[in-house]
Amino acid sequence: MQKVYTKIESIVGDVITVRAQGVRYQDLAMVGKSYANVIKLDGDLVSLQVFAGAKGVSTTDEVRFLGVPMKVSYSENLLGRVFTGSGKPMDGGPELDENMIEIGGPSVNPAKRIIPRNMIRTGIPMIDVFNTLVESQKLPIFSVSGEPYNQLLARIAMQAEVDLIVLGGMGLKYDDYLFFRDTLEKSGAMGRTIMFIHTASDPTVECTLVPDMALAVAERFALDGKKVLVLLTDMTNFADSLKEMAITMDQVPSNRGYPGDLYSQLASRYEKAVDFEGAGSLTILGVTTMPGDDVTHPVPDNTGYITEGQYYLKNGRIEPFGSLSRLKQNVNKDTRDDHRALMDGMIKLYAAYKDSLEKKSMGFMMTEWDNKLLKYGKLFEDKLMDLSVNIPLEDALDLGWKILAECFEPNETGLKSSLIMERWPKKPEGN
Amino acid sequence: MENNKGRVVGVNGNMVTVQFQGSIAKNEVGYIVVGKTKLKGEVIKIRGDRADMQVFEMTNGVAVGDEVEFVSEMLSVELGPGLLTQIYDGLQNPLPDLARQCGFFLQRGVYLDPIPDLDWDFTPAVKSGDIVYPGDTLGTVPEGVFTHRIMVPFGFDQIPWTVKSIAAKGKYNVRAEIAVLSDPKGNEKKCTMVFSWPVKRPIKLYKQRLRPDETLITKIRIIDTFLPIAKGGTYCIPGPFGAGKTVLQHMTSRNADVDIVIIAACGERAGEVVETLKEFPELIDPKTGRTLMERTIIICNTSSMPVAARESSVYTAVTMGEYYRQMGLNVLLLADSTSRWAQAMREMSGRLEEIPGEEAFPAYLESVIAAFYERAGKVQLKDGSIASVTIGGTVSPAGGNFEEPVTQATLKVVGAFHGLSRERSDARKYPAIHPLDSWSKYPGIIDSKRVEEARAILFRGNEINQMMKVVGEEGTSVEDYIVYQKSELLDAAYLQQNSFDPVDSAVLPDRQKHVFDLMYRVLMSNLNLNDKKAARQFFNEMRQKFLDWNGVQTDDPRFAETESAIVQLLSSKASKEAR
Repeated sequence: MQKVYTKIESIVGDVITVRAQGVRYQDLAMVGKSYANVIKLDGDLVSLQVFAGAKGVSTTDEVRFLGVPMKVSYSENLLGRVFTGSGKPMDGGPELDENMIEIGGPSVNPAKRIIPRNMIRTGIPMIDVFNTLVESQKLPIFSVSGEPYNQLLARIAMQAEVDLIVLGGMGLKYDDYLFFRDTLEKSGAMGRTIMFIHTASDPTVECTLVPDMALAVAERFALDGKKVLVLLTDMTNFADSLKEMAITMDQVPSNRGYPGDLYSQLASRYEKAVDFEGAGSLTILGVTTMPGDDVTHPVPDNTGYITEGQYYLKNGRIEPFGSLSRLKQNVNKDTRDDHRALMDGMIKLYAAYKDSLEKKSMGFMMTEWDNKLLKYGKLFEDKLMDLSVNIPLEDALDLGWKILAECFEPNETGLKSSLIMERWPKKPEGN
Repeated sequence: MENNKGRVVGVNGNMVTVQFQGSIAKNEVGYIVVGKTKLKGEVIKIRGDRADMQVFEMTNGVAVGDEVEFVSEMLSVELGPGLLTQIYDGLQNPLPDLARQCGFFLQRGVYLDPIPDLDWDFTPAVKSGDIVYPGDTLGTVPEGVFTHRIMVPFGFDQIPWTVKSIAAKGKYNVRAEIAVLSDPKGNEKKCTMVFSWPVKRPIKLYKQRLRPDETLITKIRIIDTFLPIAKGGTYCIPGPFGAGKTVLQHMTSRNADVDIVIIAACGERAGEVVETLKEFPELIDPKTGRTLMERTIIICNTSSMPVAARESSVYTAVTMGEYYRQMGLNVLLLADSTSRWAQAMREMSGRLEEIPGEEAFPAYLESVIAAFYERAGKVQLKDGSIASVTIGGTVSPAGGNFEEPVTQATLKVVGAFHGLSRERSDARKYPAIHPLDSWSKYPGIIDSKRVEEARAILFRGNEINQMMKVVGEEGTSVEDYIVYQKSELLDAAYLQQNSFDPVDSAVLPDRQKHVFDLMYRVLMSNLNLNDKKAARQFFNEMRQKFLDWNGVQTDDPRFAETESAIVQLLSSKASKEAR
């Protein structure tokens, strides 16, 4: 079915309308030389969003309906390649149009899901010990603009043991795109990477397509038995593009201009993370920048309700408060018997340290207990929180006990006596 | 009435506008025919010859002119034996069956029979010639440990029906005819073990509604002792993300002292449902000796599943709850999260271009939420037995701010409020229910006077803590400091509970009373502690002992040992005990 229409009724933002018959919702069309898809049907009035933007589209441009929904090519040939949000090559390589698969497919039947069970080791104590990353998890990094979130993302990507990396870049600065490309090339990981990149100067509609393209491809590779890690940066730009489109379509905004279905829109992407029984898995690590460091901003807020925790990046460190991996319980019971208790105990003491620090900054006298806490907090921050620390989990736990023993008496830690008997470092003889 | 047909004239997301002929009803179900698949939808607005339908599936590929088939029935669920242990989506599609048929993904337009095709041992309870009314028992079948009543379909007219024939004791298929009833005019109707009921209509076939005055034991100390919930009552758990709403619901679903638990996972993470799915068949319910799954129904419409079915999922769940209540059972419905359901309403309201209320939620938000919670209740059935549906809903307020419309609308209608606090969860104080902000109007397991006294210490301790932040520890008197330490002890060793510890995760009421007695003694004692250092040491030791005590079984000899150690430590410092 290739009907051609040459009278465009209206052009608002990146949305055009045309009178046409027999068009299906979400079908693909060509408007001039750009792709577009159907986002609303009202009688014979069809609204289309133009991927390349409606700038320069004239009322007499040809609109051709292709009769198929948006698709992306899927094959081994994708590896090492870079594409735009609408699937056009961005690296000068050939266009791929074999084995096309639909994007934005149905969600996985919950009855077919399995309990995530494999830890992903990163060598970062704040992740491995305190908020363990688990295969098939969906986790965003909450961060303020200017924090080294892309660096952290790249580091986790390279150290994590996965078969395949799919990078979805949304509203990326061109420099950041080059940073990812160069880092991955340097580490030799480019050969197992696929990139879908929307840079800040590209059309808005393409930004909203990036996660769907990246996830559709990743899902296929996972079904084919690969362990896939999808990196999405930055989801706030994705949400802002949705907002822009929604306002163009005259939708009633719900909260700070964002559309009412923001939660569902984000969820349908993040929920693609899955561990397929008998096949591969898909893990999503995203970045959500928080405008004004405000975690109650609609984007981080909705994200937090969807994802299985978050890493809170602040002042170049992963903060223990606010950071959370909801799946850690699934794996940290099998690491070492003291893992959980030590994790909780150390965080409780770190919280007490923060209180003492506040008291100190207000000029109060420090008690003996406060001084102990202050010493502990400093050691904790220097030896465990610093992002440059790169040690395996077991070493990090031993280090934790050492720090506790340096600062406290056993009964001050709030840990169970049996555990203290077993793990408390013995004082060296003659000391 | 002949079934109507219509044609699609507009598509906007999951809202489809249909031009129809003849008459259709609001909330009537219709199917949009797209190629070979039929997509289920519900009429939510009618204007002239156009109806707006919310479609429970993705609407990709729907075209103007597609045919719509109306079925002249409101959105309904099938009720009958075999519902227990099932896992349904929001439209009562059995998910494991769907997985067997369609594989990993949820294929749209596939609707399977929700009632498993099984044979049941039927025992009649009436004989030919008996007069029965809707909701009366025709016979029973054993479903797991329960006696499942096969009742006169609730949808029959409220008139005396005469039993014309009834099946003899024996094994029958769930869809086999087991009785024929006739109305006074002689019109006969056949009954099987299954009938359907529209989800949005409450089932009210009981003699009277009673006040919820019996504590529902959850085995969670802070709830049973301080913030109790009641059988037939309602409660809500608002909290920011990461504060432990779902973990708390999960603990409750395992431990709650009720007959049947219905979990409605509404618009939340799929992973959380999976935990329940995989764990419950393994866990043994100490009360019945069977697996927890045998008392559980799961309705799940997770966040990536079609939005419109979210709304139906909570109604599907509560309708099943009311159905089992009609059998004299106590049912607990856990809805996680009602905010997602409210958001689904908001999305649809936006597409209908209704005038938005606060935060773009529709103006009818409050009345819809109130009507839902009102479906809970403790009732006396016509046979005199007492049964209940308890509803506990989580709320996910935007930004963790309880002032938002969904939380406020919910607080108006519930009997207990368990507010989770980010502050407490950040400090790993679980369950992160805020002991001072939360409230309950239901009776607990411990004498309310003593609970109030303990609560007063928490209040006072909190005040002193606030003051200490201003004037410093050195500016606080030893007496005040001791009160502060007492409140911290109560918090650490009683309010907090380790859900991963096999012993501490579920505490029976007797043990709670026992531990509370001793805790109460410590709280009410005058302590001979001369300075703050001595006080801190004493309370550190006390806390350690209580924590160890919480970790041992009551029949373990160490239980008594630790207890006497606590008493000893207490009497070493207590000058005179109050009372």
